[in-house]
Amino acid sequence: MSSDTACALIEPRGYKSGVKPVWCPGCGDYSVLGSLTKALSGLRLQPENVAIISGIGCSSRMPTYLSTYGFHGVHGRALALATGLKVARPDITVIATGGDGDGFSIGGNHFLHTCRRNTDMTYIVMDNQVYGMTKGQASPTTEPNWEKGKLTPSGTGINPFQPLVIALASGANFIARCSSSDTNGTARAIMEAIRHPGFSMVQVLSPCVTFRPEQREWKKLTRPAPVDATSDAARAARRLLTDEDGLFTGILYVGDRPPYQPQIEPSIDNIAELDKEFRL
Amino acid sequence: MSRQSLSIALTGSGGSGVMTTGSMLLEAAGQAGWYGIMTRSAGPQIRGGEAAALLRVSNEPIESHDDCFDLVLAIDPGSMGRFVEEIPLRSDSFIISDAEGGRRSGPLPDTPAQVLDLPMKQLAKSIKGGRPNMIALGAVAKLVGLSTTSIHSILEKILKSQGPDALESSRACVELGFSAAADLPEFSSPPIDKTSAGERWSITGNEAAGLGALRGGVRFVAAYPITPATEVLEWLAGALPRAGGVLVQAEDELASMNQIIGASFGGTPSLTATSGPGLALMTEAIGWSVCSETPVVILDVMRCGPSTGIATKNEQSDLNIALNGLHGDAPHLVLAPTSVADCVFTTQWAVYLAESLQAPAIVLSDQSLGQTRANINRPADLAFITRRSVPEQFEENYCRYAIGDSGVSPMAIPGQPGGQYTADGLEHTESGAPSSMPADHLAQLDKRQHKITDFNFGEHWADIEGSGETMVITWGSTCGPVREALARLREQGEDIRLLAIRLLAPERPEEMAAALEGVKRILIIEQSHSRQFHRYLRAAYDLPGEVKVFNRPGPLPFRPNEIIEQLAEVFET
Repeated sequence: MSSDTACALIEPRGYKSGVKPVWCPGCGDYSVLGSLTKALSGLRLQPENVAIISGIGCSSRMPTYLSTYGFHGVHGRALALATGLKVARPDITVIATGGDGDGFSIGGNHFLHTCRRNTDMTYIVMDNQVYGMTKGQASPTTEPNWEKGKLTPSGTGINPFQPLVIALASGANFIARCSSSDTNGTARAIMEAIRHPGFSMVQVLSPCVTFRPEQREWKKLTRPAPVDATSDAARAARRLLTDEDGLFTGILYVGDRPPYQPQIEPSIDNIAELDKEFRL
Repeated sequence: MSRQSLSIALTGSGGSGVMTTGSMLLEAAGQAGWYGIMTRSAGPQIRGGEAAALLRVSNEPIESHDDCFDLVLAIDPGSMGRFVEEIPLRSDSFIISDAEGGRRSGPLPDTPAQVLDLPMKQLAKSIKGGRPNMIALGAVAKLVGLSTTSIHSILEKILKSQGPDALESSRACVELGFSAAADLPEFSSPPIDKTSAGERWSITGNEAAGLGALRGGVRFVAAYPITPATEVLEWLAGALPRAGGVLVQAEDELASMNQIIGASFGGTPSLTATSGPGLALMTEAIGWSVCSETPVVILDVMRCGPSTGIATKNEQSDLNIALNGLHGDAPHLVLAPTSVADCVFTTQWAVYLAESLQAPAIVLSDQSLGQTRANINRPADLAFITRRSVPEQFEENYCRYAIGDSGVSPMAIPGQPGGQYTADGLEHTESGAPSSMPADHLAQLDKRQHKITDFNFGEHWADIEGSGETMVITWGSTCGPVREALARLREQGEDIRLLAIRLLAPERPEEMAAALEGVKRILIIEQSHSRQFHRYLRAAYDLPGEVKVFNRPGPLPFRPNEIIEQLAEVFET
């Protein structure tokens, strides 16, 4: 998060723009929108000092629904956009939002390098293991035997991407998993993520009730992890690798790596000083 | 005083130090009072292969190589084979070669030039730590009339970091080369014009573009290395922090493009530099910059394409992608510098235009401009300081994309209370809310078109020189040899007009019509196999009279005399 920008309390609804979401009734993303506004309210951030950055997809519509500054960019590049903004404007609280396809498939390279770079921002991925906006194709986090994907009618046959394992291995400084069914728990995790310096990754299991109706069961299956967050990356890795169904929630890892923020020095008074090196 | 010049090539195997030698020679020439240029020719090898430093010094500012070279120093004779086409020679040209020492590199290729021997390797061996390229440097200094004192002061500067031994052996080599060349024929060097004592610079086109960006107000740069644009980014990496700016090395060109959009959204004028393959990756996000009206500048230092092409050599073949590479109806700016010095102005102007019009500007430099080092008059300071329209206060329901008169709507910057909006690549209403309504689409398309088309670009859209009924239309680095050809014709009393287009998009039909007034014959000159520039001109403008094209792909540059021959041939004047 940025320097002390706390303000008078604004209720969570004050962070909503009033634009009606395009999401299907029952979509988990409504709850994530609610959790995000609660977190912003809880941190008492002024809407004008927050920028929500996204790519393309159902969950990437998020910025339009908030009363903060917003940035609905091209598919897969939210983290690159967010990096440019944060480096140039370290005073702004930068939050990237998006889905599993946007973040881990087309945006996979930026995901790796944003974790590695550890710029101070929060990334909320609404993971529903499907491309919803294009109407039901397998995503990088889809199970190999899911046979309802219209491009992969016999299942993908390939192992799903493990976002939190990759985040940890690539250097993310804060890693949490939440369930959209637990609005308050998700809001708390987002607050912690925003507060924590460096790149914070929050995976929110957010059901797609249209193309993955079986994900309604997540409400019952997700459960808090029986252990607290660790600052030991090896321990966090072991937990993730022995996490059989990927439905444990909570803050998993809290690192202490310093964020990437190139110092912006005051300018020399006269840019013409730069001419000197060219003089013969 | 008319133009006199001397063209010198230094060739050797890669790692033989010809580029360092050439740079030192150009600097010494600059300090002595000569204008000059040096271009580099090398293969893709990191080490090894062959390399040539191609120099030309003159009493007047020059922007082009001459038709032929006067003098070649072939440190390794066999290395000349690769450069037969790039180093044209006459029967009165000289090659100074090292027959014995360079035996391993193979013999000199057949040449019309006179060949003289200078045992550079053997002479270097007589000095502890001696190197043949420093022998060559001393010899050339003698042949062109430079003093060893001037060379020594440059050696001191450049070899400072390598310790006193390296400096001492280089000095000794230069002295030895200088005296060994006493028996070789003298060259008539260009006179030095002492009357124009204004400040002179030594700068490459890539550095000049970086400087222009900084002068224009750029304070955020995202960088992904690519030949031949890397030097722009490397120069900015050093200079930006001094100007209160910052450079980030990105993971790929998709990231560098999106990072600059993000930084610009935050209110910081931003730029990236790349070459063709990188530009291809960036086009999707450039369209996003158009739709969201977020200003950015993309500098494309062109090289031979398509695909990886010839990464180290010049071509003007990214014109199509720069003009037409964006999907949808996406009005944007495309500019091209017309000389090394003009890289400063054109890049600075591009930043000004992008910021003023809240649109992306693509600057098409090229390898020939970017990697040429030139001794030039100090480029003028122009008062195009970035001015983005930012609201000072907000009424309730601020509309980021309000239509307005000019089409440019004030842009809120994060941190400004009351200005919150979502920048969007989705078509939107005036407030920025996504819309799929035909009327909103049309209104925003009109707005984005109108703000660019109807802006007053003034006289800088093109350089228009000379008079007469015959006109040459060209652009980019090709302007150099064309200018020289037309200057030679002018000396013979033949006046031909030049139109060097700096602003390629948007089109300027009224200004073009005025420039074409009275023109009866046009020769279009471009370095592209498929006549991209010719097709563009045909599509954008009404060209009167007889129109001919002289085009060829890279990498061979145009020579002034072949342009003169073309003019004579095509119009039988």
